[in-house]
Amino acid sequence: MVTNVTNLGRSGLSDWMMQRVTAVMLGAYFLMMMGFFVCHPQLTYEEWRSFMGNSAVRIASLISFLAIGGHAWVGLWTISTDYFKPTGIRFLFQAACGLALVVYFVWGVQILWGF
Amino acid sequence: MVLTVEDKRPVNLDLTTIKLPLPGFASILHRVSGFAIFLALPILLWVLDQSLMSEESFGELQNVLSGFLVKFVLFAILAGLIFHLIAGIKHLLMDAGIGETLEGARRGAGITLVLSGLLILIAGAWLWLPM
Repeated sequence: MVTNVTNLGRSGLSDWMMQRVTAVMLGAYFLMMMGFFVCHPQLTYEEWRSFMGNSAVRIASLISFLAIGGHAWVGLWTISTDYFKPTGIRFLFQAACGLALVVYFVWGVQILWGF
Repeated sequence: MVLTVEDKRPVNLDLTTIKLPLPGFASILHRVSGFAIFLALPILLWVLDQSLMSEESFGELQNVLSGFLVKFVLFAILAGLIFHLIAGIKHLLMDAGIGETLEGARRGAGITLVLSGLLILIAGAWLWLPM
């Protein structure tokens, strides 16, 4: 059995499931945001602020930021194993992607609770 | 375990002679759009940050986003998100066993491309046409 140490859930099946669960979360969040924008063509700062500051929306945003991390990791990992045969290059690519995703998550949390 | 590979198989690495079938085209676009969204994440986070920071930064952002080039970048990101979403829904349907035949896969890819193309057109109209 080939054991893989860089995939998300340590098993292909778990990654497969994670990819899909996070996909549904992100799809729902995207549709919610697009729905809000379509319904507010003349959006003011106050409307936007009170929407994003609503606890339910904050929680949905936080969950989505987490989901982006997981979803993008599985996708980027798959890309890396498809195109980068040498272990060193593949590892560097994965490390760079992982670092970027963690930075984005922390940045996102900062934005969500910083206004 | 030793892995042996039959090396007498015909190998064709000339990609220009291979015609990508429709499901393959939708599949590589799904991957490309996903990677593009990953690259666009800092832009989206920056926009979110500016939109919430203050009333002034919100107004400034509205100005920045109304410039043609910036608006086009926004449109490209939106197009990537729309295609990735539709292709993802097709993926989930196929996971559920819907459209798994060769003909079904072709039809699914065709529907994905046409539907996302339509939605991207609508998104473009939404961004550029005054409402």
